Amino acid sequence: MEAKEHKFHREEGFPWKHILGLFLSLLLTAIAFWLALATHQPPALVITIIVILGVGQLLVQLYLFMHFTESDDRAWQVPAIYFGLFIVFCVVGGSIWIMTFKSIVA
Amino acid sequence: MHGVVNWAVHFFMLDEGPLIWLSDFLIICASLGIVGVLTKFRLWKWLWDEWLTTVDHKKIGIMYMIAAILMLFRGGTDGLLMRAQLAWPNMHFLSADHYDQIFTTHGTIMILFMAMPAIIGFFNVAVPLQIGCRDVAFPYLNAISFWLFFFAAMLFNLSFVVGGSPDGGWTSYPPYVENQFDPGPGENYYLVALSISGIGTIATGINFLVTILRMRAPGMTFMRMPMFTWSVFVTSVIILFAFPVLTVALGLLLIDRDFGSHFFTVDGGGAPMQYVNLFWFWGHPEVYIVILPIFGLMSEVISTFSHKRIFGYSAMVVSMVAIAILSFVTWVHHFFTMGAGPGVNSFFGVSTMAIAIPTGVKVFNWIFTMHKGRLEFKSAMLWSLGVIPNFLIGGLTGVMLAVPPADYQYHNSYFLIAHFHYTLIGGTVFGVFSGLYYWWPKMFGVLLNEKLGRWHFWTFMIGFNICFFPQFFLGFMGMTRRMYTYPAGYGWGVVNLISTIGAFLMGVGFIIFVYNVLWSARYGERDTTGDPWDGRTLEWATTSPAPHYNFAIIPTVKGRDAWWLMKQSGEPINGPKDVPFRPIHMPNNSGRPFIMSVFFFLMGAGFVFQWWILAIIGFVGVLICMAQRSFEYDDSHYIPVEEIEKTEAAAGRL
Repeated sequence: MEAKEHKFHREEGFPWKHILGLFLSLLLTAIAFWLALATHQPPALVITIIVILGVGQLLVQLYLFMHFTESDDRAWQVPAIYFGLFIVFCVVGGSIWIMTFKSIVA
Repeated sequence: MHGVVNWAVHFFMLDEGPLIWLSDFLIICASLGIVGVLTKFRLWKWLWDEWLTTVDHKKIGIMYMIAAILMLFRGGTDGLLMRAQLAWPNMHFLSADHYDQIFTTHGTIMILFMAMPAIIGFFNVAVPLQIGCRDVAFPYLNAISFWLFFFAAMLFNLSFVVGGSPDGGWTSYPPYVENQFDPGPGENYYLVALSISGIGTIATGINFLVTILRMRAPGMTFMRMPMFTWSVFVTSVIILFAFPVLTVALGLLLIDRDFGSHFFTVDGGGAPMQYVNLFWFWGHPEVYIVILPIFGLMSEVISTFSHKRIFGYSAMVVSMVAIAILSFVTWVHHFFTMGAGPGVNSFFGVSTMAIAIPTGVKVFNWIFTMHKGRLEFKSAMLWSLGVIPNFLIGGLTGVMLAVPPADYQYHNSYFLIAHFHYTLIGGTVFGVFSGLYYWWPKMFGVLLNEKLGRWHFWTFMIGFNICFFPQFFLGFMGMTRRMYTYPAGYGWGVVNLISTIGAFLMGVGFIIFVYNVLWSARYGERDTTGDPWDGRTLEWATTSPAPHYNFAIIPTVKGRDAWWLMKQSGEPINGPKDVPFRPIHMPNNSGRPFIMSVFFFLMGAGFVFQWWILAIIGFVGVLICMAQRSFEYDDSHYIPVEEIEKTEAAAGRL
């Protein structure tokens, strides 16, 4: 009855996309842990690789779990992503700028 | 055997003296009382069916408000204990350890477990009604949010009598809070409880963001939304982007404490100040999270009791959005004294001062809303008007603190204490009381007594100023925060005594409020119209309290102040007579959010005491609950037309 009132769509079939997402996100996390705990690479290299893995994790979350590309009427996720980028810029850029005080004091 | 007894005595802190014994006694009495009343009046089933399993935003809102008032009592008691201790030089009413625990729990409870649930309670009470929809976008998730908050608050409160409370201040700065200096479960309670309630808060942010974006009644464009809904929208965005940073900071610190890593330790390559940096990246937006909804509800209250539309609607919206964006770029002003250098400090000093501009715009708009209005000084209006001068003092002293060189003098002095109490009490708490008086009829169908309301307002407001205004001077006289006692001869004694008297006057105000609630429940005027204040927004269009489905027919919005326009054109709320009702689609109740939160509580306790088996049991329980939910297909029902007709007829709305 009145099923058309519901605008959201219901996923049909087996949720392969989600299973793949779960597998990938666990794998990316495991690699990061392994790099940090079990290998003895220079920290700069480890940090760089973990940042890349983090971006990968972000893409997995957005595309495989959060239906980032789907939208009924207006794509609210687009301004949200821009604001998110602004926040990331503030946290990362701001923190680097602020925390370099150590090199001044030291 | 002897060892076990010793362990238990220490674990339950029975060796800590009468304060703990009294708390134990009161907790046991209160618990027995609740169980006794529920059993005597056979209310267990009612409690489970109507409240614990509910996904109705109105009931969740009421539970949030009750929890917030209880936590206000707990946090307020902490405050009074501290004021009693500081009333005179060389007092030894509290030991240094207890004083540290009490200022920590006072701050944490007041911000995270009082201010947050109070404003989120108002989100729930008002927003779906204001935008003319039947529930929030994710009602089940909403119940999860509430129960996670509730069990996190219980876990945190338990710390006082089980194992010892956190004592690192509400900011919990390393390196002091690392295991090396602060062993024991105390700080773990803080980290775990805040993480759990943080999950709930982020979920609430998502929930209300989606609700406001997608579920507004037909015709309600963005620029027709009530001011409170706008403020909730902006606040939800801030929650969504600020809280994850706190989650990360707390998570890393917990890993430090539970698993011996070195994120924030002094040795091993840790950077203690990085925690401070992350904490305030959340912490500053957080203070806007608890004040912006208050600005929104003040706009509603002042406009309603001036019987005028809000002055400068677009300017209000723009200033709120500006505050939201600026709130993310001011966080360093909490730690200017770290010494990040002139470039950093001047940037963040200027960005902080810039926030005064949009805030000033809002103050002028409230004043111009009242200009030539037909003012009605009900209690709700008094509280909102009380915010303006008191918050102004808080805001202006904030601008003083924003000047980095001057901040080196004020930093962590009682000047700062007075400043943020003027913003958080003079702003948030006054606003919460305003909202309570304003929406009480909508929540319970009863008006609070106006005469008691005025007594409540004046005792609390005067007590507040007597308590905190002298603290500005204590700051100038050199008294720093978090000192548990001080020697005679600094001239602080009398000023502190005055401050303590003010604090107890606030306590009297709170008691008058509680009396008002009890008196009104029994004798208060019943709200039969659903619109006791001659309101302007849609929540006043439905009955008080609103029926389960909020609106029998979703209203069509034709402009700002939708209900006011409907009243002007004589339009009935249920539309033209010939439009028949249709079955209403509503979500089913579920006990799972409650049960899942119990598992979260167990997992949290496991992390607090490092009892890994308990933590694993809790974690598995949470996973099972989530899996069960994934396979739940029958999660909604239809309210048949006959039932709607019966409800509407009983309310006299057919």
